[in-house]
Amino acid sequence: MRSRKLTGAAEAAERFRSSCASGGGGGGAMFSAGAESLLHQAREIQDEELKKFCSRISKLLQAEDLGPDTLDSLQRLFLIISATKYSRRLEKTCVDLLQATLGLPACPEQLQVLCTAILREMSPSDSLSLAWDHTQNSRQLSLVASVLLAQGDRNEEVRAVGQGVLRALESRQPEGPSLRHLLPVMAKVVVLSPGILQEDQATLLSKRLVDWLRYASLQQGLPHSGSFFSTPRARQPGPITEVDGAVATDFFTVLSTGHRFTEDQWLNVQAFSMLRAWLLHSGPEGPGTLDTDDRSEQEGSTLSVISATSSSAGRLLPPRERLREVAFEYCQRLIEQSNRRALRKGDSDLQKACLVEAVLVLDVLCRQDPTFLYRSLSCLKALHGRVRGDPASVRVLLPLALFFLSHGEAAAVDSEAVYQHLFTRIPAEQFHSPLLAFEFIQFCRDNLHLFGGHLSTLRLSFPNLFKFLAWNSPPLTSEFVALLPALVDAGTALEMLHALLDLPCLTAVLDLQLRSSPAPSERPLWDTSLRAPSCLEAFRDPQFQGLFQYLLRPKASGTTERLAPLHQLLQPMAGCARVVQCAEAVPTLLQAFFSAVTQVADGALINQLALLLLGRSDSLYPAPGYAARVHSVLSSQFPALCTLKPSLVVELARDLLEFLGSVNGLCSRASLVTSVVWAVGEYLSVTYDRRCTVEQINKFFEALEALLFEVTQCRPSAALPRCPPQVVTALMTTLTKLASRSQDLIPRASLLLSKMRTLAQSSATSSTHSKEGAEAIRTRATELLTLLKMPSVAQFVLTPSTEVCSPRYHRDANTALPLALRTVSRLVEREAGLLPG
Amino acid sequence: MVHAFLIHTLRAPNTEDTGLCRVLYSCVFGAEKSPDDPRPHGAERDRLLRKEQILAVARQVESMCRLQQQASGRPPMDLQPQSSDEQVPLHEAPRGAFRLAAENPFQEPRTVVWLGVLSLGFALVLDAHENLLLAEGTLRLLARLLLDHLRLLAPGTNLLLRADRIEGILTRFLPHGQLLFLNDQFVQGLEKEFSAAWPR
Repeated sequence: MRSRKLTGAAEAAERFRSSCASGGGGGGAMFSAGAESLLHQAREIQDEELKKFCSRISKLLQAEDLGPDTLDSLQRLFLIISATKYSRRLEKTCVDLLQATLGLPACPEQLQVLCTAILREMSPSDSLSLAWDHTQNSRQLSLVASVLLAQGDRNEEVRAVGQGVLRALESRQPEGPSLRHLLPVMAKVVVLSPGILQEDQATLLSKRLVDWLRYASLQQGLPHSGSFFSTPRARQPGPITEVDGAVATDFFTVLSTGHRFTEDQWLNVQAFSMLRAWLLHSGPEGPGTLDTDDRSEQEGSTLSVISATSSSAGRLLPPRERLREVAFEYCQRLIEQSNRRALRKGDSDLQKACLVEAVLVLDVLCRQDPTFLYRSLSCLKALHGRVRGDPASVRVLLPLALFFLSHGEAAAVDSEAVYQHLFTRIPAEQFHSPLLAFEFIQFCRDNLHLFGGHLSTLRLSFPNLFKFLAWNSPPLTSEFVALLPALVDAGTALEMLHALLDLPCLTAVLDLQLRSSPAPSERPLWDTSLRAPSCLEAFRDPQFQGLFQYLLRPKASGTTERLAPLHQLLQPMAGCARVVQCAEAVPTLLQAFFSAVTQVADGALINQLALLLLGRSDSLYPAPGYAARVHSVLSSQFPALCTLKPSLVVELARDLLEFLGSVNGLCSRASLVTSVVWAVGEYLSVTYDRRCTVEQINKFFEALEALLFEVTQCRPSAALPRCPPQVVTALMTTLTKLASRSQDLIPRASLLLSKMRTLAQSSATSSTHSKEGAEAIRTRATELLTLLKMPSVAQFVLTPSTEVCSPRYHRDANTALPLALRTVSRLVEREAGLLPG
Repeated sequence: MVHAFLIHTLRAPNTEDTGLCRVLYSCVFGAEKSPDDPRPHGAERDRLLRKEQILAVARQVESMCRLQQQASGRPPMDLQPQSSDEQVPLHEAPRGAFRLAAENPFQEPRTVVWLGVLSLGFALVLDAHENLLLAEGTLRLLARLLLDHLRLLAPGTNLLLRADRIEGILTRFLPHGQLLFLNDQFVQGLEKEFSAAWPR
């Protein structure tokens, strides 16, 4: 049995280990082969075998054997339980022993975390008897909490854990449990179950946070502090320093550094890490204030006005306001500390993350208490001036923009410059950073409600925003589907539709732009395996500069350029993976665009959209499969536009005739042609537009007749794909409809239809169309011919009046419609019955 | 806060690797509230759902990573380390973020930040509106620690049987899913503490 290796005796385990080792090797194979076989073994273990394995573990645990055998067995048990999504049944004794071992004072950490992990992996579980026990040390309590919080709050475990941590917070004895391990539990509890704390408990937590944030010691920790790790060399604790090595100038923060840290310095880090979430939770709009008493709120607001002028008065504030005051000072200090040149790379990264957090915290503070606004502004303006020129700090610009979006108006600051810089420069320069791209678009999407008067800045920036999309289409497509309704505007809709259709081309051009700029990173960001020297040359060719610059424009320009020459030039890049990925995203984006634009479009815009759609159908970047996917969207959108505005067909008659008369390679655009032909048949009628004339009908009839002729005469060849029978049937139907409206055409239509019927029956056409296709054409021709024999019935059936839509027409057997349908079907059936074979 | 952390396999792009995406380790920090389900075996269904949620995240990360690798034209041999001693350049590893809408697969909307290192994917499932820059740094730190302390690049090591080390690292650097602002010295302090408890 293979599985015996996983649960069997030590020798078997050894064999198993070596089998893993040999299954490995290096890199890729290591995880796929070795891990795969282990996972299989773990899943295949039967209940009976697991039972034996558990009883062996139970024996070890009962004997309080905390050695390597137990460790090895628990590692295996964890794998067996976590490897399957189905529940594993463990003996109650075993579960109890796992819980007991977790609480043993002498238990090494390895075993403790494994017992915890096993219990957590089994969660939610009904057989758990763990409880919060104050006799345990805080590390154990933290582990217990992780198991309890994994239960899904079926039995109010979250509340129990929260109350447990609070009791630890209340006991201020130095020998009490180390809060360092418990504060993160509190943070999780607040997230999982907001509003679980009573007002006085929230106050207590705020008070403690103030202490940790503001009054952590400025001396380094002693070797024995906090952890059980210690070195024999006892060192004299030195002062805390800044990230640039200078001695700390003010209170301790997460950007203060030393060799060893004290307990309160650890708590300072944790307190700041949970600060924003806590402020949001305990703020005026947070759930923690449900039972706030009004008087203290009033006092608070008066006091915070005073505190605005003198921060020393801060000490008299009620705890919640005091926490805000301290948070404000902490953020100010972080912003100041971020200006220092960090000696270590890690600290330099942390400075950026701290700036982001500081700005976000200040935003929360200003929303909760506007008096902070005036104190934050000058500092944040200076910060913006500092980071806007630094590409490494680009991520800080988003929270800054959020701040000015939320408060710019209240503070009467003109923040237009902030957005201009953000929307003009950043996407153009940083489109290749996947995380920035995601964060940028998320920022736009989440804060639409704040843009207000600046919405036009956002909307006009769509060409720049599309750069993120063109380069990072897989994670951003769904973001843009959500964002497009806000970006679409009647004024820029046509330009945006062009831009969407040209998106894969933009991807290719962005690639060229990166290739031809001096590379900023050691590793190229583009596909180095792809060589397209002709494209690079074209990109540098002054002759095409205008077109490339147009495609790379940062803002909507109000004009459209025909980019067909670029499609030709950049053809060698059409197959590269990034372009193909983008091309695959476009249909989804087009759907989203059309559903948004039809909400804002007036009649004139609908006409223009329809024309654009026809015009662009043969002018697309030649990415593999792109045209076909786009046509399928366009062909469903054209009838939708006609339904919105039926007079479109009459108004655009000249353009539609031109389109139908000049369809080269019709078969590649068959779906679009079919929907245009259908729309002509449906809407070219006085019913929809009084301006429709007999001449128009006749002209369309002639154009479609010629088209039908062309379609049926063309022989399939290797170069041309087969023309689908739907085109033929749509053409026949529309011709019949037109004939029914201009009855002089009936003889011509009948002749045409009988020709088609003969053609479909003859063997010559069966090579053009499949057997089913030819049969469909024959049936349709027969039906239409029959209809045309009774012109008035034909007109009634093919151009039903709008009254037909009323329910009466379908219910009352004596009204015209059921009568007509019966007559027609009898006629059609009889004719069909007379046909040979 | 972080809702979950996971490590899973990444298949090599552009190859005929037909294996499945496997979750090698996952940790959910505080479960979402279970639905009130009076039917029997509610707990089992709940657990099944959580496992499926994690697998759904892993699959999405895998496909995002594959698409990014393809787009940047990285050859599949990039997945193989040149030698086990070589430092993996985590700053250049494929990485990204994407959003998960509410109810798909988690009750709350979440953001996933991921990092692909050789044939392993590391991912954090975040609550909405977390500090992404901090999350990105934390994920890179976790990946670095796991690679170092589990010696993932040395032949013959298997993280599946070393969950205790992963847990030990997570309880220190991501306690209960709390993203921590740790400066370099704090990281070193925690790493020393961890090395003392888990000698290599």
